[in-house]
Amino acid sequence: MSNRSVVPFGPQHPVLPEPIHLDLVLEDEVVVDAIPSIGFVHRGLEKLVEVKDFNEMAYVAERICGICSYGHGFGYCDAVEHIMNIEIPPRAQYLRTILFEMSRLHSHMLWFGLLADGFGFESLFMDAWRIREKLLDMLEEATGGRVIFSINKIGGMRRDIPKEMLKSFRQRLEDLTEDLKVTVRTLLEDPAVKSRLSGVGVLTADEVETLGAAGPFLRGSGIRRDSRKLGYLAYDDIDFDIITHNDGDTYARTYVRAMEILQSVDIIKQAIEKTPAGEVDVPVKGFPNGEYMTRIEQPRGEACYYVKANGKKFLERMRVRTPTFANIPALTASLRGSELADIPILILAIDPCISCTER
Amino acid sequence: MKLSKSPWLLHYDASSCNGCDIEVLAATTPRFDVERFGIINTGNPKHADILVITGGVNNQAKSVVKQIYSQMPEPKVVVAAGICACDGGIFKDCYNIMGGVDKVIPVDVYVPGCAVRPEALIDGVVKALAILDQKRDAMKSHAACEINYDKNSDTKEKNQA
Amino acid sequence: MENIWKDITEETLLNEVQVLRADKYRLVQQCARKTEEGNYELLYSFGKGYDAEHLKFQVAPGQSVQSISHIFPPAFLYENEIHDLFGIEIKDITLDFRGGLYRTAVKAPFA
Repeated sequence: MSNRSVVPFGPQHPVLPEPIHLDLVLEDEVVVDAIPSIGFVHRGLEKLVEVKDFNEMAYVAERICGICSYGHGFGYCDAVEHIMNIEIPPRAQYLRTILFEMSRLHSHMLWFGLLADGFGFESLFMDAWRIREKLLDMLEEATGGRVIFSINKIGGMRRDIPKEMLKSFRQRLEDLTEDLKVTVRTLLEDPAVKSRLSGVGVLTADEVETLGAAGPFLRGSGIRRDSRKLGYLAYDDIDFDIITHNDGDTYARTYVRAMEILQSVDIIKQAIEKTPAGEVDVPVKGFPNGEYMTRIEQPRGEACYYVKANGKKFLERMRVRTPTFANIPALTASLRGSELADIPILILAIDPCISCTER
Repeated sequence: MKLSKSPWLLHYDASSCNGCDIEVLAATTPRFDVERFGIINTGNPKHADILVITGGVNNQAKSVVKQIYSQMPEPKVVVAAGICACDGGIFKDCYNIMGGVDKVIPVDVYVPGCAVRPEALIDGVVKALAILDQKRDAMKSHAACEINYDKNSDTKEKNQA
Repeated sequence: MENIWKDITEETLLNEVQVLRADKYRLVQQCARKTEEGNYELLYSFGKGYDAEHLKFQVAPGQSVQSISHIFPPAFLYENEIHDLFGIEIKDITLDFRGGLYRTAVKAPFA
């Protein structure tokens, strides 16, 4: 007869850089249910709209999360710009695209290292983070920050990226490509890695769609949807395919993210090539009045930014739906039926971002 | 042998935006390599000598932070990493933020920054190592007193009688 | 890509949501906000492919709302969030944390 027991997982756990708690209901070694419990990093920053005006909120939005900070800042600015009917100049559109992909690249490399560390491949973790430092160098040169960039403002960008710098980024990415390819290949083709990832946490296309999953989690189950195809910024002018995998297991999710690393390099190179000359911001007058919801593709999936303004300096409501929040129901579903020892890998495979989730 | 030659480090995110957390992790990777000071990153509070803690501490994290701190053996040092851990930072006005780690546990070193830079963090950890040695020396002299006290315990009982 | 905004009422909510479900929509998000008059406005967003449909309706303070979590399973998280942040009672959530999702220092901070 099997024994039923409940094992608490987290909030402080060696594989988790951030706190989340799960109550795992086990029958011997097999998980039969997982009940999430969150709130360890809930700050309540959406309520800061009452004390920070709509311009300052761009910097608060960036601090929703230190990994996807660029996207949060941009998503918020985009929503307010729509309300105020501001068309930002083409050069700013392209520079925002370039920086967005750079931030996706560094986020994916970060996940890559954590996943490798999660199954004991420490040298690969160190290698991924060594490469990531080179990406952060570029971001720092362009924006002044490694983690929080604060380069977006309502109406465009705080500063331009000079032509020579873009040229040097192109060259440095070119030099990095070989390194990236080797690292990605190591992860995807190593038999030890494959044996840990294949066939665990399987979800079908129907299941992920019903459970509302987002991003590579979704595409790993064969659903062809990437919000970048909504055509914001310069993505309409850039040639890229949506990367999917049909197996729906942890390996498939890993595959999608790993291939997106190489894809992002390609997108950045295309965007640098096409960046037009010109201004990077337009003057902003008055206060926003109206409501809008922006949807963008963050490294972890679709994120929504809802802004409601009433013509005053302070917004009425700012609400963010982040991809990890949407992924939690599907994550707990993927844990059911797997062994306790696989839980850390399954959690890391969705690239969870808890501070995004709780805000 | 000094304790500061091989301290073990524990990291906990007490309601930060995780920007500082990834910088703490970055400090252990090849470019910054905090491990050259003999430091090992551990996941178990009972092994740890240094607690690097980020974030302004929310209502729910309060008990977790206290628990982790109490599980660490003496002597121990706490490094508050990032402006939120120092005083709440940009989230100071949030309803759910207590405003700094020192509202919950004693802090030895404050490292500001949003996010904290790995170089600054290493500097802070090295400062913490010196404090760790001081605390250990203090414990040693304290332990010596106790032994003397035990030697005189007979006389003490007699005095009381 | 289409963005439809639709004003509905609490009474017709379940019907509207059933129709979207039958039409193979997915749940994107649910949130609330306090209006200037002191009511609560709930905003539910659904998606199909790249299209989105947003349903908006108002409830008075103290009025409860029927859960949609038996129609769209992921709704349970959003509904618990709305309950914890706004103090709006949501009936029959499939997994009801009963105020234990965020355990905030201030009860219903957005109310």
